[in-house]
Amino acid sequence: MEISFQMVMSQVMLGLNNGVFYAILSLGLAVIFGLLNIVNFAHGALYMLGAYVALLGYTSIGPLLGMPDFHLSYWAALIVAPLVVGAFGIVIERTMLRRLYKFDHLYGLLLTFGLALIIQGVFTNFFNVSGDPYEAKPEILSGVVNLGFMMFPKYRLWVIVISLVVCFGTWYVIERTKLGSYLRAGTENPELVKAFGVNVPLMITLTYGYGVALAAFAGVLAAPIYSVSPVMGSEMIITVFAVVVIGGMGSIMGSIVTGLLLGMVEGFTKVVYAPASSTVIFLIMVIVLLVKPAGLFGKES
Amino acid sequence: MKNLFSKAALSVAVLAMTSGMAGAAGKGISDGVVKIGVLTDMSGVYSTLGGKGTQVAVEMAVKDFGGKVLGKPIQVIGADHQNKADIASAKAREWIDNEKVDMITGLLNSGCALAVQKLASDKKKITMNTGAASTDLTNKACTPYGIHYVYDTYALGKVTAEAVVPSGGKSWYFITADYAFGHSLEANTTKFVTKLGGKVLGSVRHPLSTADFSSYLLQAQSSGAQIIGLANAGGDTTNAIKQAREFGIDKKGQRLVGLLIFDTDIKSLGLNVAQGMQFTSGFYWDRDAATRAFAKRFYAIHKAMPTMDQAGAYSATMNYLKAVKAAGTDDSDAVMAKLKSMNISDFFAVNGKIRADGRMVHDMYLMEVKKPSESKGEWDLLKIVKTVPASDAFMPLSESTCSLVSK
Repeated sequence: MEISFQMVMSQVMLGLNNGVFYAILSLGLAVIFGLLNIVNFAHGALYMLGAYVALLGYTSIGPLLGMPDFHLSYWAALIVAPLVVGAFGIVIERTMLRRLYKFDHLYGLLLTFGLALIIQGVFTNFFNVSGDPYEAKPEILSGVVNLGFMMFPKYRLWVIVISLVVCFGTWYVIERTKLGSYLRAGTENPELVKAFGVNVPLMITLTYGYGVALAAFAGVLAAPIYSVSPVMGSEMIITVFAVVVIGGMGSIMGSIVTGLLLGMVEGFTKVVYAPASSTVIFLIMVIVLLVKPAGLFGKES
Repeated sequence: MKNLFSKAALSVAVLAMTSGMAGAAGKGISDGVVKIGVLTDMSGVYSTLGGKGTQVAVEMAVKDFGGKVLGKPIQVIGADHQNKADIASAKAREWIDNEKVDMITGLLNSGCALAVQKLASDKKKITMNTGAASTDLTNKACTPYGIHYVYDTYALGKVTAEAVVPSGGKSWYFITADYAFGHSLEANTTKFVTKLGGKVLGSVRHPLSTADFSSYLLQAQSSGAQIIGLANAGGDTTNAIKQAREFGIDKKGQRLVGLLIFDTDIKSLGLNVAQGMQFTSGFYWDRDAATRAFAKRFYAIHKAMPTMDQAGAYSATMNYLKAVKAAGTDDSDAVMAKLKSMNISDFFAVNGKIRADGRMVHDMYLMEVKKPSESKGEWDLLKIVKTVPASDAFMPLSESTCSLVSK
């Protein structure tokens, strides 16, 4: 098979499309790990929850509330799902995670992994594992645009744009604003920041809520592309963790850039040798861990 | 300790008694119970089309049979093989060695199915495969105790290719699940496409359970083939079809053909996306009064209509129990002899017969997905375009490479 410029560009574009999902999910993980020291294994399940909030909001909430004509629109779901799942995350943080900060990372990992299994198990019990279609894609985003080298669905283009906006917006807030500096200071030395009158526990709770909301946001973005299924998160999360490890645990910019890059590398691999595409990220992870154990953007501690 | 001892003594006594009784009536039922194991994908990419629904169907069959055979109770147990052949083998071994399971059914996923059929046959236990598709099960990997009950990649490829190629689908490109099943489906379909004067331009392989098919679809698109054949199943097929619509591939004159599609996949796609697609099936719940009656009872328990895997598991269990009764024993050799000499005829199988190679041949159907306007209910999804008689649908015995076939 000969490799044309057009083919490479198309696959890289599709890779970028996957890459923004990696970026937005690993960003959430990085924020949570950076500020809470929790390896949030429930991230995939919360991403899946976000998609289900959108799906059920569209199909079931109306009839349930006695208003059969009410459908939660896609645009509304982009706001509502992160809020609902974020609130769920806050409950988890307040009732469970909070008790684990003083222990080893391993306990947070075990707890969130257990939560992920429970959430996924419950949804597998009630919903179609092969997935349910999400039909609420807005008319304005249907159809394809001609990029010159390929026809690209408008919706995917929108996903790329909005994800980049959200990712870099988050980076800006954490690294460049006063609020962000409180957050970072709160993790370095909570006692000192408390002495300045900042409510550190509240800040941490809201941070977890935000990280989780990011996952739900990605879930809503994914719903019209993939089938909404109980296992959609567990399929994604393993790759996303590899991305986080390669980028460097806790590095905000690292997780965004690595997510995008690895998506494109994966896309490019599909042109060269498709069967290797599912392993190439892990191969890179192995090499990075050997050469730079703290990750590409991580600081040696 | 004492308790343990008395239990052991009791079981020895029971064993002695039952074997004594068995002596009187031929071999009788071993270990005082007939155990049927449902080993399949209970949680993964195929669990909607098989999964717990298959176990529900088997339990229904046992209940309808009366719960007892030759005066001994019938038990059903189930387990999830997670689409991993090693887990499937380990579970089957545990079932046969410790749980004394007499027959294993379900067995979605050809990789798992091939492993379990071999293992079970080495231990002289019957497998009635309703889920997996690879023709290897009744060819080079055939065994004296393995039955392939519902469908296979030969029938799927043949019936679909015979419908698609003459209607203008001359050039094909395959998107294939990268394991035993996908390979077998691609190979068999290729054979019929070329035989009918068509051409296969290429193929691309994807790992089982893939979320994003866009890059594979793009390769298929740039091949210029008229038909993009999907040699995969379950969630993989539905994702591929959805994303092809998203990229507008079907609007440019290329057509997607799913080679293995279940009702539950159509349900997941929605009629809007799936309408007009043709594929091959071994069963449809809305075919006649008998299938509808079964489907209604099944729906009451499982809240979904039965797929061919699930309906097939009911039929397989029922006929297994009939064979046990007729043979007067659950001894595998005697039951297999009965199964292979019986006519299989019920709501599921029309003109059914289990051949020497273990293949259960029966009528197959060319299905078409209804338009949304034609559908009268949530599960009113398909219509039968053509009934393909058993003798035309399946690989003739003369072509089988199974060592059990005398030529």
